[in-house]
Amino acid sequence: MIVICDYGVGNLYSLASSFKAIGKDVVISGEKSVLEKAKKIILPGVGAFSDAIGKLREKGLDRVIIERANLGVPILGICLGMQLLFDKSFEYGEHLGLGLIKGEIRPIKDVIPSDLKVPHIGWNALNFSKEKSPIFKYLNEGDFVYFIHSYYGANCDSSVIATTEYGATLTAAVSNKNVYGCQFHPEKSGEVGLKILKAFCEME
Amino acid sequence: MISKRIIPCLDVKNGRVVKGKNFQGLQDVSSPVELGKYYSDKGADELVFYDITASFENRALFTDILKEVASTIFIPLTVGGGINDLTDFDRVLKCGADKVSVNSGAIKNPNLIYDAAKRYGNQCVVLSVDAKRVDGTFKVFAKGGRENTGIDALEWIKRGIDNGAGEIVLNSIDTDGVKGGFDLEMLKAVCDISSVPVIASGGAGNISHFVELFKTLPKVDAGLAASIFHFGEVEIKDLKNTLKANGIPVRLI
Repeated sequence: MIVICDYGVGNLYSLASSFKAIGKDVVISGEKSVLEKAKKIILPGVGAFSDAIGKLREKGLDRVIIERANLGVPILGICLGMQLLFDKSFEYGEHLGLGLIKGEIRPIKDVIPSDLKVPHIGWNALNFSKEKSPIFKYLNEGDFVYFIHSYYGANCDSSVIATTEYGATLTAAVSNKNVYGCQFHPEKSGEVGLKILKAFCEME
Repeated sequence: MISKRIIPCLDVKNGRVVKGKNFQGLQDVSSPVELGKYYSDKGADELVFYDITASFENRALFTDILKEVASTIFIPLTVGGGINDLTDFDRVLKCGADKVSVNSGAIKNPNLIYDAAKRYGNQCVVLSVDAKRVDGTFKVFAKGGRENTGIDALEWIKRGIDNGAGEIVLNSIDTDGVKGGFDLEMLKAVCDISSVPVIASGGAGNISHFVELFKTLPKVDAGLAASIFHFGEVEIKDLKNTLKANGIPVRLI
């Protein structure tokens, strides 16, 4: 059972639909008991880091996700969901994350030239790190995916599986064993995105 | 490198697309779902659905359509038309919209952009501005371009960004419908003051107008058009190939 973790931020309609499009059933739930049985967990998210992590903690879902991750259950964080996997974030203050990916979330504007716009919105190309991650097994180097974000994963070199160029080299995707995170939105990245979700669904 | 986006805009009235002619291999040109999928398959980077339904009753029809689109097409969807308060944001976001475009609603309700950005994030709020030259300055027009609000467009855009708008769509009334090219002068003025992405709208008549747009104003992030796509005058694939041949980064599929 693939569970999309619903903790009350953002709309999950497109995300759920994208799994249906590749023939996978998903359950949308914010119940601990459901997540505890999940064979795979999708952690979505839009909005602010502190709100999101606060809501996860309020419902006790942070601990369930960490437990499942430690048991080897594949986890996929998307956009803010990816950022939540990190140790901490510097979005409006300093906030602790789930600590499943070593590194921290920092503002893009600190590393890109000042004439570039923030948020980084649009389709950008993926550059894979040396060893191609299994989540990209159906993709080609340079495939375009859709980004929309103002913060990025920093100091996470050992976990980076793809980067993108936006005036600087930005983290596009990370993994640590069975835990994966995409800064971009696979569910909004056309066929390329669906291929990523398919590869994730096929993980054991 | 980030690519320049090509965005077809579909006007939807009572659940059907307004305008449109025969497309090869497309059964129903008036279906927002069919046409949206057609554009997506041809390489559109994003779709804008503009609800021009006048009656409140028929709005439900639009949200049904939107749901169907969002479950079929996996590229970003922006929704505009009749967005006046947070309830409207909520209504379309729940149906799968990724971004919501505000225009007259932001003029009527000065807190709308701020409140929406606070609740849904800046990335979700698109400020769409209809502007026209009046005595040498750019003024904001309301009611589909019929009413001069007297507001200075550049001031209005600056304020919108300060309040949390994450993107600007600039529709030049002066060039709209003329098909003589985008309003490069007005767009430059907006790009000079905008710290967020700018989407050019109004005036595209052929492929070379897009080349001219991105070559002259590298700061413009996207080009939006309706009729040239709907009437089959410009194929998105041809457009993107030409842009690429001119050294402009695009996503080819």
